[in-house]
Amino acid sequence: MRVAVPVFPGSNCDHDALHACGTVLGWETISVWHQDARLPENTDLVFIPGGFSYGDYLRCGAIAALAPIMADVKRHADNGGLVLGVCNGFQILCEAQLLPGALLRNESLRFIHADVHLRVERTDLPFTRAMKAGDVFRVPIAHAEGNFTLEPEDLTDLEARGGVAFRYCSAQGEIGADHVPNGAMNGIAGIVNLKGNVLGMMPHPERAVDPKLGPTGGLGIFRSLEAAFAKA
Amino acid sequence: MKVRVSVQLKPGILDPQGKAVEQGLHGFAFEVEHVRIGRLIEMDIPGTDPAEVKAKAQAMCDKLLVNPVMEKASIEVL
Repeated sequence: MRVAVPVFPGSNCDHDALHACGTVLGWETISVWHQDARLPENTDLVFIPGGFSYGDYLRCGAIAALAPIMADVKRHADNGGLVLGVCNGFQILCEAQLLPGALLRNESLRFIHADVHLRVERTDLPFTRAMKAGDVFRVPIAHAEGNFTLEPEDLTDLEARGGVAFRYCSAQGEIGADHVPNGAMNGIAGIVNLKGNVLGMMPHPERAVDPKLGPTGGLGIFRSLEAAFAKA
Repeated sequence: MKVRVSVQLKPGILDPQGKAVEQGLHGFAFEVEHVRIGRLIEMDIPGTDPAEVKAKAQAMCDKLLVNPVMEKASIEVL
């Protein structure tokens, strides 16, 4: 399993991604500079990390989406390669039009750092195959712009095609506005593209995988990826 | 030519920043509603034909300056 972690000026969760994939999971994990034209040969997973790429100038992720490495990330995704974007990585994937929608300022206008519960909506994805439908897992969020928004008709389409991978919920798995930390439409925390090989999510699963550092609610996603590759 | 691009959130999109500023203005007892906050981008674009320059600015909006999911732009050639 070979993971590439693109690093932009202002990325600050790249080491979390390297630690989770490299140290904890034991995968070959390579940091890739944003100016590079190519991903490493035979990259299985591109992990676009969180942070404040290019200082969030213009819009979160807008400038990073134009970085040279992103052209190769698009090629990788078009060929069916796996891409996981977390937090600013999710924003970058939306700006790069690999995923629909946009992440607006949180409804509260505040930066929110908290543990949240997510309900698994899809279990047929390479990112979720080790999970069960309705499973609830706990992971941290840390963002100011996580308010997922889509035109009403596009939101209907996204829901109809099962594009929602994870939704914010209570510890018991109940859905409702009370459990949505940032105002995201339909409580959407993570979505996938049509082919199911590109996942963007605001919460940070990579920050909840190492038992030495705390709870390991994020492991399900990485165990799923492991299973996906074991089978491939 | 000097060009001014005004980028605004679309009408249906929640603008928490505008809402907070509106509340702030209410705090000063100003009667005001529907405060929306956008972004103003000024630039010089080579050319002498306003229509042509405007078309170039429109192309910039389509490529980068505007996210059509949430924003719309108006272009003014000065």
